[in-house]
Amino acid sequence: MTIAITHLSRRFAEFRALDDVSLSIAPGEFVALLGPSGSGKTTLLRILAGLDFPDSGELTQDGRDLLRVSARDRGVGLVFQHYALFRHMTVFENVAFGLRVRPRARRPSKAEIADRVDRLIKRVQLDGLAQRYPAQLSGGQRQRVALARALAIEPGLLLLDEPFGALDAQVRISLRRWLRHLHEELHLTTVFVTHDQEEALELADRVVVMNRGRIEQVGTPEEIYQQPATPFVFEFIGKSNKLPVRIQNGRLVAGDQRLDADGLDGAADAGAIAYVRPEHLALTPTPLESGWRATVRHIYLAGSIAHVELDVPSLGQSLEAELGGEEAQRRALQPGAAVTVQPRHLTVFPIDGKTGEPDPERRRVAHPRYGQAALARWR
Amino acid sequence: MAAVVSAAPLRRHRPIGRRLVHGLLIGVALGFLLLFLLLPLAAVFVEALRKGLGTYVAAIVHPEALAAIELTLLVAVIAVPLNTVFGVAAAWAMTHFDFRGKALLGALIDLPFSVSPVVSGLIYVLLFGAQGWFGPWLQAHDIKLIFAVPGLVLATIFVTLPFVARELIPLMQAQGSDEEEAARVLGASGWQIFFRVTLPNIRWALLYGVLLCNARAMGEFGAVSVVSGHIRGLTNTLPLHVEILYNDYNYAGAFAVASLLALLALVTLCLKTFLEWRYGSELAARAPRGH
Amino acid sequence: MARRVLPGFGLSLGYTLAYLGLIVFLPLAALAVKASGIGMAGLWKTISAPPVLAALRLSFGAALLSAVINAAVGLLVAWVLVRYTFPGRRLVDALVDLPFALPTAVAGIALTALYAPNGWIGSWLAPFGIKVAFTSLGVLVAMIFVGFPFVVRTLQPVLEALDRDVEEAATSLGASRLQTFVRVLFPLLLPALLTGFALALARAVGEYGSVIFIAGNIPMKSEILPLVIVKQLEQFKYADAAAVGVVMLVLSFLLLLAISLLQRWSRRWAER
Repeated sequence: MTIAITHLSRRFAEFRALDDVSLSIAPGEFVALLGPSGSGKTTLLRILAGLDFPDSGELTQDGRDLLRVSARDRGVGLVFQHYALFRHMTVFENVAFGLRVRPRARRPSKAEIADRVDRLIKRVQLDGLAQRYPAQLSGGQRQRVALARALAIEPGLLLLDEPFGALDAQVRISLRRWLRHLHEELHLTTVFVTHDQEEALELADRVVVMNRGRIEQVGTPEEIYQQPATPFVFEFIGKSNKLPVRIQNGRLVAGDQRLDADGLDGAADAGAIAYVRPEHLALTPTPLESGWRATVRHIYLAGSIAHVELDVPSLGQSLEAELGGEEAQRRALQPGAAVTVQPRHLTVFPIDGKTGEPDPERRRVAHPRYGQAALARWR
Repeated sequence: MAAVVSAAPLRRHRPIGRRLVHGLLIGVALGFLLLFLLLPLAAVFVEALRKGLGTYVAAIVHPEALAAIELTLLVAVIAVPLNTVFGVAAAWAMTHFDFRGKALLGALIDLPFSVSPVVSGLIYVLLFGAQGWFGPWLQAHDIKLIFAVPGLVLATIFVTLPFVARELIPLMQAQGSDEEEAARVLGASGWQIFFRVTLPNIRWALLYGVLLCNARAMGEFGAVSVVSGHIRGLTNTLPLHVEILYNDYNYAGAFAVASLLALLALVTLCLKTFLEWRYGSELAARAPRGH
Repeated sequence: MARRVLPGFGLSLGYTLAYLGLIVFLPLAALAVKASGIGMAGLWKTISAPPVLAALRLSFGAALLSAVINAAVGLLVAWVLVRYTFPGRRLVDALVDLPFALPTAVAGIALTALYAPNGWIGSWLAPFGIKVAFTSLGVLVAMIFVGFPFVVRTLQPVLEALDRDVEEAATSLGASRLQTFVRVLFPLLLPALLTGFALALARAVGEYGSVIFIAGNIPMKSEILPLVIVKQLEQFKYADAAAVGVVMLVLSFLLLLAISLLQRWSRRWAER
């Protein structure tokens, strides 16, 4: 049951909620739609549920046009952000609702409904709470009622809108694990929306990063973190340092450094934006031929990792580096200490001459070569 | 009482002057309420019973009074359900969908509240009266709307039109469409959504609106006065009957009939207060929009 | 928006529009057409007839005055009901709605009985030469009665939602109780107060039932505008009645507009 989303666009007045979005979702997949608020992820989810409709584009399921199927007949399980439980119904009645409203011909018998609802309530670990009203439940319990209610109609597709958004940190983590296990058991195609990268990276098989109505990158959690495809993904996921650089004759010019680097072959001369993760900055207490001179402004230890804030005069900005706590101690890094900073690799986005924006299409990963021969002072 | 007790320790520390001001403010407010609200209410019952219980009962069981009661009930029984259905439909359209001119529609629903009752009656006379737009046609077909029961019903519907809608719209707006959408995704039909999800959530607000609508429908005077023609025993509702008796200098009778309406007002107030006390959170924020 | 998710859009909106069209729009159109039939000159002639002009002045003058009084007293009553505890507060709170619930004709004859020269209150005022019933003062009393709940009911929720912190901040900055009220609380209450004022005014202008009993309805002296319409109708002067009705309606529209502008203005503070 493959779901194909092709060239979907949706506008609200002047606001582009979705802008030419294409995506395909394989059977049994667990997909996260990740993005800041206003990125279009909830709009996409609502279109999948049949609660909103695109201005253009197609949505098919194994070739069947889903846009012609109303929300009522789509057979999609949807867990709302604030659960939208029926507050005048007990847990049992909430879960049974989807079965009870079926046309008589397709409606299971009373006993069958009771049996199925009981099993679902057990599955979501709410035994003994069947006769409670939503107001008498905790946030985590309500979330599981919403899930049981959505599962009751045996959906082909499960959609969750910010499933952990309204919960406190402790409950969040345990529910996350539980949901992952449930997915492994049921193998139900699941799409969930979140603005929490940790949630997306931990839970999903595949993460779709969205920004301003467009898909920035689709990939496994590892790909998303290790190989961000666009400046936005770099800035949105994990920590990164952003620095203005130039590509000149296949070399990378940054501050007072002119670095020979692998990966820039054939790149045209241009201004560019480079991103480098804090853990990809090497710090050496002794002055080296190449690399930026910097001063440690601040250092703090979080668990086994040391976070170092550096002043880099030649770049006119500060950089953030991370290294093992032991290593930091060994190198005697203290506020005020002088160090040499060497990026191990940088992701470079040349700036497009026409738009003035960094161009993800021309993305390069530069690996500077720090061999003696390759070093050169710019001045 | 608990509130008073718990407030006492605080109050002890307040300067004498401030406590005097509090007392004075409470005194003035209560004095005004007593003089302007409670006294007229008391006067109705005192005047009604001035000539004894016998006269009181006689005024109420008088055939014309009974006819007025019957007509008042008839008008309410037609007008209130119609406006209830309208209110629910209008609230459904206004709160679950976006469409152009929504604000204008909201203003239009409120409009009868800002039209003088006399003008409310007048517009139907101009429409259906002998010289009105449909007058000649109605006369030709021997249909009488003005100075007859249908006119009373129409004028009452106009005057009480906003009550239910005004109660439901803010509540349904505050509740949002999430539960309805959840029901839709779970496969419910439109009527299933309305009867199983929406109606249980709005039932007390609906009852509240119906209560206020009914009180006004039974008590309306100006609008029905204009369209009634004052035909005794035929087109007189209770309020109009009060006026007729009063103008006949039959004060005891007028106040006796008026006391029935005052009782209706008291019952309405009691039920309304009970609903606010018991189901306040399910009634949503209520802004006074008139009566 | 091409497609709608929840069902019943066509049915509910269609029914709403049809109902409003038949009950509200069509009759009002009849009024406008009838009034326009006599032309601007005719309209002016009708309005400027001395009894009509006097009634216009009385209706709007007394309504304005009653709204001012209701704003002041309503503010006091709302304050007392929200801020102070005293035995029977709930009962008093419920009583505030009495003018909403009591049919106007009943209020009219009750007020007349009270304020007539031989009535409970009238007999106390008579020795001082104050006549209320059957004068324009009676019109004012009836208008105060029917418009009373509006200001209280618009102010109460605002007063309840008001953050005590603001007052405490003012006090800690050295403001007296009076200064705190005038400079801090009053500006916050003003939008709701004005809304209540406008609602009370609109109601008082159009009021008929409670006024006609106590007013005595002496032309040029204590005759209100709605009664002028009724009298014109009784004389079958339909066009004149329509003209006066249109003038009232236009003024009502202006009041409605003012209310919505005031509400928009009041939201400046309400939405922080």
